Amino acid sequence: MAEFLQLTVYGIVAGSIYALGAIGLSLVYGILRFPHFAHGDLITFGAYFALVPVSILGAPPELTFFFGVAATMILAVAIDQILYRRLRKVAPVILLIASVGVALILRSAVQLIWGPGNQYYSQGISMPWRLEGVNIKPDHLLIVGGAVLLVVLLHLFLQRTKTGKAMRAMSDNADLAQVTGIEVNKVIIWTWIIGGGMAAAAGVFLGIDTRLHPVMGWRILLPVFAAAILGGIGKPYGAIVGGLIIGLAQEYSTVILSPPYKPAVAFALMVLMLIFKPTGLFAGRKA
Amino acid sequence: MSLLEVEQIRGGYGDVDILNGVDLHVDQGEIVVIIGPNGAGKSTVMKAIFGLVKVREGGIRFQNSGIANLRPDQIVRRGLCYVPQEKNVFPTLTVEENLEMGAFIRNDDFSRELERVYELFPAMYEKRRQPAGALSGGQRQMVAMGRALMLDPQLILLDEPTAGLAPQIVELIFENIRKINDIGVSLLMVEQNAKAALRMSHRGYVLTTGRNRHTDTGENLLNNREVAEMFLGG
Repeated sequence: MAEFLQLTVYGIVAGSIYALGAIGLSLVYGILRFPHFAHGDLITFGAYFALVPVSILGAPPELTFFFGVAATMILAVAIDQILYRRLRKVAPVILLIASVGVALILRSAVQLIWGPGNQYYSQGISMPWRLEGVNIKPDHLLIVGGAVLLVVLLHLFLQRTKTGKAMRAMSDNADLAQVTGIEVNKVIIWTWIIGGGMAAAAGVFLGIDTRLHPVMGWRILLPVFAAAILGGIGKPYGAIVGGLIIGLAQEYSTVILSPPYKPAVAFALMVLMLIFKPTGLFAGRKA
Repeated sequence: MSLLEVEQIRGGYGDVDILNGVDLHVDQGEIVVIIGPNGAGKSTVMKAIFGLVKVREGGIRFQNSGIANLRPDQIVRRGLCYVPQEKNVFPTLTVEENLEMGAFIRNDDFSRELERVYELFPAMYEKRRQPAGALSGGQRQMVAMGRALMLDPQLILLDEPTAGLAPQIVELIFENIRKINDIGVSLLMVEQNAKAALRMSHRGYVLTTGRNRHTDTGENLLNNREVAEMFLGG
């Protein structure tokens, strides 16, 4: 029982990180209709951006979180306006390929700037709390609490603000949004701000939970994609549930499988979903 | 002076012209209908006016200023709204959110316009918290027209507002179009239900192969033998 609860804790922590990545992926797909393969490297950049104040000022990662998020938002919008914006009228597959190129550029940039080795926000081991034989680290609470707070903020943004509603409208029907007078480029910029910010949060949390490495984001891109597809790509709310399912499934699988097979579990779930219900668990009605 | 003046426009998709010189105008307070066979370019005229199809030659003037090839969000700001054929609501947004999106470019208070839409279409007030995708075809059309009204426009373009609707709903849609006209909004529409549309319109245009063929009052077109034989089923 204790082992099951322990795996549940790890699964929820990993799931929260996947969910934050998958939300951005889903939003971008909903608005721009292409799978953004550089999303993993935005996650990496978020983690490394947050390292800047840590290494220069010695600030704790909890505070530099906001720096990492803000810098990644700017990076995501810049990539869109400089590159993706020129490709709006072409087939989505060209955007997909372009984003693979962006992924490679970003990853190399991280290696050039910060080096190829591991980095840490803080050295040393934080002592976990033991509850009924289950280890919980303070960082775990920070990660899950932070993810919940961000999801609540996202919900308020999408449901209550004019820009959030316009984002949902554009995801429903981009042509109609245009003839209604919605400024399409403004909505796209906001999509990258939200998606980039969420990716950065995922990166910082992953860095707090484990370590920083130039391929950290690329490595979790597969479970993040699996989460987005499980929840119905284009549906940010589905991405949250998808993230938790993938996170938990990966941890529970370690009971019978060796832990290195975790990515294979995410991949298997994604393939099964694509075969049996390609629209995802939460596919809305078709227009 | 007309509200909308379209002069000899030519244009289409890519290099292929679908419009080969169309002239039309809409005066203040009018309902004007465009009829014609399939492929005559009726919907393309609407899209050309609204900046969705490139106009290669000719002029489009709205309230005496040129609007040819402007972006839709720029045209909307001048008081000209467009309701596309079918797929014209945001299905996952509620009815009220759909109407709010109609007022997207406004930063001031639009509660007066919202109230006016609910007065015109009381059924929409009851359904205001429901997703628009859950409504019937006729109700969706009301949401789409309501959304266009949120900017208090001078002129609304309606592309086949009755497409795919049952006959008894068609009557209701025409009644709503009349109601919109009664509050001082001019309308230019494309319609397949040619007879009914001509009956309620001040004037009509018959379009074939991207050109004007006939232009007259709705009543005269109804009584025109050639038009009747060609498009009104004898």
